[in-house]
Amino acid sequence: MDNLRLLFDAPLLPVQLLLDGVLIGAIFALAALGMALVWGVMGIINVAQGELVMLGGYAAYFLYRAGIHPLFGVPLAAALLFCLGWALYRSLIFRVVDQDLFISILATFGLSILLQQLANAFFGADVRTAESGFGTWAVRGGAITIARIKLVAFGAALLTGGVLVLFLKSSRLGQAIRATAQNARAARVMGVDTDRVYARTFAINAAICGASGALVAMTWIVHPYLGLPYTVRSFMIVIVAGLGNLQAVLASAVALGVAENFAGFIFGAEYQTAFVFTLLVVILVLRRFWLSRQRRYLA
Amino acid sequence: MKSVLGYVCAGALLLALPLLAPTYQTQLAFLWVMIVLALTWDLLGGQMGYNSFGNIVFFGIGMYACAVVQRDAGLGYFAGLFLGMGCGGALAVAAAAFLGAGILGLRGHYFAIATLGLGIAAGELASGWEFIGAGGGMVPPLFPGALGGRERFFYYLCFAIAAATFPVLRWLYAGRFGLALNAIRDDEDKAEAMGLRTTRYKITAWCICAFFLGLAGGAVGNLTGFIDPREVAFAGSTYGVWMVLMAILGGKGTLFGPVLGAVIFHLTKELFWTYLLGWQRVALGLLIVVIVVFFPTGILGWARVRWPERFGHRVEGA
Repeated sequence: MDNLRLLFDAPLLPVQLLLDGVLIGAIFALAALGMALVWGVMGIINVAQGELVMLGGYAAYFLYRAGIHPLFGVPLAAALLFCLGWALYRSLIFRVVDQDLFISILATFGLSILLQQLANAFFGADVRTAESGFGTWAVRGGAITIARIKLVAFGAALLTGGVLVLFLKSSRLGQAIRATAQNARAARVMGVDTDRVYARTFAINAAICGASGALVAMTWIVHPYLGLPYTVRSFMIVIVAGLGNLQAVLASAVALGVAENFAGFIFGAEYQTAFVFTLLVVILVLRRFWLSRQRRYLA
Repeated sequence: MKSVLGYVCAGALLLALPLLAPTYQTQLAFLWVMIVLALTWDLLGGQMGYNSFGNIVFFGIGMYACAVVQRDAGLGYFAGLFLGMGCGGALAVAAAAFLGAGILGLRGHYFAIATLGLGIAAGELASGWEFIGAGGGMVPPLFPGALGGRERFFYYLCFAIAAATFPVLRWLYAGRFGLALNAIRDDEDKAEAMGLRTTRYKITAWCICAFFLGLAGGAVGNLTGFIDPREVAFAGSTYGVWMVLMAILGGKGTLFGPVLGAVIFHLTKELFWTYLLGWQRVALGLLIVVIVVFFPTGILGWARVRWPERFGHRVEGA
């Protein structure tokens, strides 16, 4: 607990942790937005969400190796993952959309293992990163340092999220997606091709994950086993924020980023993953007690 | 009476098996462990409709508890092992009761994701805890007997665990308890409205599952000879996935399905390991996807539709 005392002795340290947490929270928010979209529209909890993030990271890394600056790699990774998401829907996901939730959870769970192991087989287990070369930015004589790439990633994440919301609000496809989410049968009666809507929704989700993965590859590292923590983070964020509420998703993602940063500092970095997963269990259990107090059903 | 005779014959054959095929004793011991894993997963996943991705927690708890007792109790090898396995089972049950009180109130998919987190959290915590060797793992004491005696001993130990698990589950499924679990799977709200104390049933089921997993964990820790927090004890990517796969492959929600799935999987796994060097885990993921999507009823479910009269269903008007 020495680190805890350090936190009070050095007043700028909490500020540093807070800032870092806020900046990484925006990246978490992206994957969570995608998960909320797929969950709300298709009724599928995509356990392979984190693997899509991981693949986006690899896309950005290989583009970087090919000489493309990672910042331009973000839209390219999103485009690649869009195609992958569409292919995944057409080959697998469409078979589980109308089935009960157990089948879709087990199927996406299998998919996550498949993608993770494929990445391990093709890309190797080495840790990789896409160097952006932006350097760090020292405030107050180096008492607080901010990696510029984190600021850029924060901005890019906000931009992507904003574009997504605008798209859902105003475009024709966005309207169809929202209609399908409200009532798939009614949407079909009104002439919406729901199968196509599902395909696009899943592809858009994959694209968002791809962008978020590219940002992850720039800010930190990618490796094949990166996925599950991102799946769990997205799930947590969506649970806390609820489906279809952008501001709440962003707020809870930032809160998670800050909490994770502080926990990583206080307990030591080796416990940070354990913290994420334990927090998930704690949040779910608390949520249940809170809901049962209100006598609401947990359907 | 016929089925009792069948069980006796099968039991006698399996008891004699290590004498007939001494080179495969360790493999056969693992086969029994696999059967226990699949059977206990199916207790929740198949009979109760609660997919758990975190049952591996109890396996790991049993393994570590057993190794700690063997290390610190200062008993002889066998006394330490059996006391350790007992402690492992008890501790796993306690953990299941404690965790279950919180987590089993969650419905279906929330439960699934929560257990997914639980398994990984346990592995991460174990690999940071100095008392149980942290990331370096633990090494259980060496088997004292003569060369070759170790394999035979563990074959019989694992066989005993499996042979205890199967009849207990068979007895439970045949009675009121099994009906209650199936009622929870089919419609939990209705079961609750009919007066079933569903949470109590769910926690009991998880405790039973945890007890056998804890026992099996203690045995496997000694059989493997090395306990790594992420790769052996809380091995979500191997045992944790396999138990789900085996139960679904054989047919979840049936008594013999998981056994059949475990046998088939364990035999073919050796083929995977030999011919798919480096690609086994890819094949594993693909297999789960294919089975879940195209073959969700499993082998026994398919057989039940194909030959309904063999399963005691009468075909109307055929």
